[in-house]
Amino acid sequence: MATAVQAPGTAVEGDESRAKTRVKTGAAPGETGQESVVVRFAGDSGDGMQLTGGQFTLSTALAGNDLATFPDFPAEIRAPQGTLFGVSAFQIHFGSSRVDTAGDEPDVLLAMNPAALKTNLPALRRGGLLIVDTGAFGDRNLQKAHYAANPLHDGSLSPYQLLALDISKQTLESVKAFGLGNKDALRCKNMWTLGLALWMFGRKRGPIIDWLNAKFGSNQLLREANIAALNAGHAYGETAELAGPVKQFRLAPADAEPGLYRTVTGADALALGLVAGAKLSGLPMFFGGYPITPASAILHALARLREFDVTTFQAEDEIAAICAAIGAAYAGNLAVTSSSGPGIALKSEAMGLAVMTELPLVIVNSQRGGPSTGLPTKTEQSDLYQAVYGRNGDTPMPVIAARSPSDCFDVAIEACRLALAFMTPVMLLTDGYIANAAEPWKVPDADAYKPFPVQFHEDKPETGKLNPYLRDPQTLKRVWVKPGTPGLMHRIGGIEKSYDTGNIDYSAENHQKMTDTRKAKIDGIARHIPAQTVEEGPEKGPLVVVGWGSTYGPIRQAVSHVRAAGHDVAHVQIRYLWPFPENLGDLLRGYERVLVPEMNTGQLKTLLRDQFLVDAKSLNKVSGQPFRISEIEGAIMEMLNQ
Amino acid sequence: MNEITKIAPATTPDDWASDQEVRWCPGCGDYAILKAVQRTMPELGARPENTVFVSGIGCSSRFPYYMETYGFHTIHGRAPGVATGVKLANPELDVWIITGDGDGLSIGGNHMMHLLRRNLDCQVLLFNNEIYGLTKGQYSPTSRTGTRTPTSPAGSLERPVAPCAFALGAGARFIARTIDTAQKMMPEVLKRAYLHKGASFVEIYQNCVVYNDGVFEAFTEKKSSALTQIWVEHGKPMLFANGTRGLRLNRDRLRLEVVQVVDGDVSQVMVHDETNKTIAAMLVEMPFPEFPVAQGVLYCEPATSFDQAMEEQGLKLVADKVADFNALLRRGQSWEVKSEA
Repeated sequence: MATAVQAPGTAVEGDESRAKTRVKTGAAPGETGQESVVVRFAGDSGDGMQLTGGQFTLSTALAGNDLATFPDFPAEIRAPQGTLFGVSAFQIHFGSSRVDTAGDEPDVLLAMNPAALKTNLPALRRGGLLIVDTGAFGDRNLQKAHYAANPLHDGSLSPYQLLALDISKQTLESVKAFGLGNKDALRCKNMWTLGLALWMFGRKRGPIIDWLNAKFGSNQLLREANIAALNAGHAYGETAELAGPVKQFRLAPADAEPGLYRTVTGADALALGLVAGAKLSGLPMFFGGYPITPASAILHALARLREFDVTTFQAEDEIAAICAAIGAAYAGNLAVTSSSGPGIALKSEAMGLAVMTELPLVIVNSQRGGPSTGLPTKTEQSDLYQAVYGRNGDTPMPVIAARSPSDCFDVAIEACRLALAFMTPVMLLTDGYIANAAEPWKVPDADAYKPFPVQFHEDKPETGKLNPYLRDPQTLKRVWVKPGTPGLMHRIGGIEKSYDTGNIDYSAENHQKMTDTRKAKIDGIARHIPAQTVEEGPEKGPLVVVGWGSTYGPIRQAVSHVRAAGHDVAHVQIRYLWPFPENLGDLLRGYERVLVPEMNTGQLKTLLRDQFLVDAKSLNKVSGQPFRISEIEGAIMEMLNQ
Repeated sequence: MNEITKIAPATTPDDWASDQEVRWCPGCGDYAILKAVQRTMPELGARPENTVFVSGIGCSSRFPYYMETYGFHTIHGRAPGVATGVKLANPELDVWIITGDGDGLSIGGNHMMHLLRRNLDCQVLLFNNEIYGLTKGQYSPTSRTGTRTPTSPAGSLERPVAPCAFALGAGARFIARTIDTAQKMMPEVLKRAYLHKGASFVEIYQNCVVYNDGVFEAFTEKKSSALTQIWVEHGKPMLFANGTRGLRLNRDRLRLEVVQVVDGDVSQVMVHDETNKTIAAMLVEMPFPEFPVAQGVLYCEPATSFDQAMEEQGLKLVADKVADFNALLRRGQSWEVKSEA
């Protein structure tokens, strides 16, 4: 399908036509007609690399390329300047065909100081374009980055196409007229760099200028200085007599279904999905949270949505956050709590209470590297056991996972639906990569989703008192009675209750029955979720690659590549992790080999082996970084050749 | 809740009693508290269906099962969290928290502090028996130094926390104290707690007959109570011993002292001002037996409650906004991909 791309309200002074007149020189990376490019911005954590990357992402989206991003930043907010551990990077992969991952290795690396060069150079493709700010390569910074000699002069960068520019000096000159102090003036460096990057890829400055105007608002000085730096970087690309590698990359827009698009991060899509879920259920939403990386962004997003009947409560700790959500659920709200692994651990006793009292609750875990505090800003999928098994007692809870930033929207709605349909807490797994990464999102029509309105129980029993554990015979969900309803006063709690009356009951046969019932209710969800489908490839064959969560992108690409090379490999991506879809076992048994790439030491593999007795094999990575496509491809080929 | 309305048909104490058999030890002080609460609810004009009792874990936390209201027996120390969610989700509900010295001040001490400083509109009844009862008698955060228990066979080493002083320090705006056996005075205290809009903290000295019997006897004993208790009342001189003794503020040393009242001359006796935090600070930590133990409403200085502030802010925030979800989905910079025929 042929498509045209138009960014509403973003017309700008003819960059396009001028850009096209440039003649490219030499054999450089990213020739015109190339399908995709990976660019990484790296600098000090105070250099504004995440902002630069974010705005470059916007310009890329507006240019109609498909894209995926990978923000990679340290846990320290402003680590000491110039240090190796203070390097913050933002990688974007964009292209004229489908893009599923942030890319295996950058084609272009912009390094704003020696530390950024040192930590990021190993990733750069050999022959790739390296742009450095020579102004930041003074002795002090070289020392901090543990360079014995200046790498710009010792020949160590010869495998790459080096473009050494004094970005610091250029920036200072571009903002001279504004009379900023040296420190403030240098902070415009990222905009100068962004300007250059926009020129390199033939991007429009208009949307970025709009954003700068909005960001700096009434601070005219900073606003104009940043815009001047942006324009100067762009002009530098246009006019400088540069020999060698600087040239323009031209990528055609990607094919995309017609419609309105925006970029979205996983955290934002998840917040929007929760609001959608509340809307579809007809209930107000109550969100209890406590700040934790990388989950806080969800709380930030929802805190601004009061007009959508969203109440957010920043509690004193993770435990109070979930307990308040449980209280709100008891009072009849759609209750949500969210955290990351360590916070989820703190919530586990309360999760047991929600299971025992059979109250609907969505629990979001934005997973990060563990154990303990682990790697707060790095991604991992190592909380699957915790989600499925991590509570005292026989405490079954459904678990579902999002596979990409935009998928968070649908998965959040599904979590709300399951929680309400079965009166149960539901664990929604996402991760630090998905939470922070952005991708283009075809904006859905909220009215196209099927509502799932809630019916509170209001009928008085014909005789005697209400049994709060009165169940729907099909789903086994119990009745939900809102406090305030006359005549249906009842007590719930963490102590075992009688199946027949809801009163305290410790008797042996009752506990057996209630435990069995709680399990049967959750197991039964398998009948109310979609059957497992195959993403790509045959329904029977030599090998299936099974993924969950954010491994979706690299698995998809890897499977596509090996299929293109003639290997009949299949890809299965599991959204419903507990209970599994009913057909999953039979499906997996249709393949000779099962490969499970996971960013943990084999947790889904264990579940699959346990549930289906299939000989699943692991491919593990726990480096805090997402899988590379090549790593999965390699594992597939190795397995096929065994 | 702060309005006593009697529109709905009046209730009787029996309407507030559930059909559950009470499972506390015979002679437990909890029985008296339960009776007093059930007796007071009709007088408040409260409605069972609009009332929620939330508790944590411990002997006292079984309380909700015995009230014919909505009730939530939660987990150890976490009743304030659950109660916060209940109240924010439906501010129309009357929320009562039942807790003990271990539940409310040890495992749940942090939650208690934040509930009080936020000033969530609810009543907190903290049953203080200075012992862990349900786990069979270990020392608690309110146990006096030297208390011998299975976990402190040679006597506990820790200094106890004074619940009302803790509450005051946490920023509570209503602090009262009463005794399980004070059947005449407790309903008055409960009524005041109910009427106060905000977090009302009530410490109830409760006798554990099995593990800490008689621990408060020195000042709860009926025969000597006139000398050992002082029931303070806003705007009235602080008198005890049937009006023959009073509390005077020694202005030079800035401390209270006991004075004899001769011929009813109370000119030396300090008048209780329940809105005065400094007076409250002195009352909550008056050492016994040098002083009587202060009872009644020690401090009441209302301020906007958390739920009310949240409601008001919410109304302001939504005032000129339209909740258009499709527009929200499209917020920010977007682009259109058009089909080319």
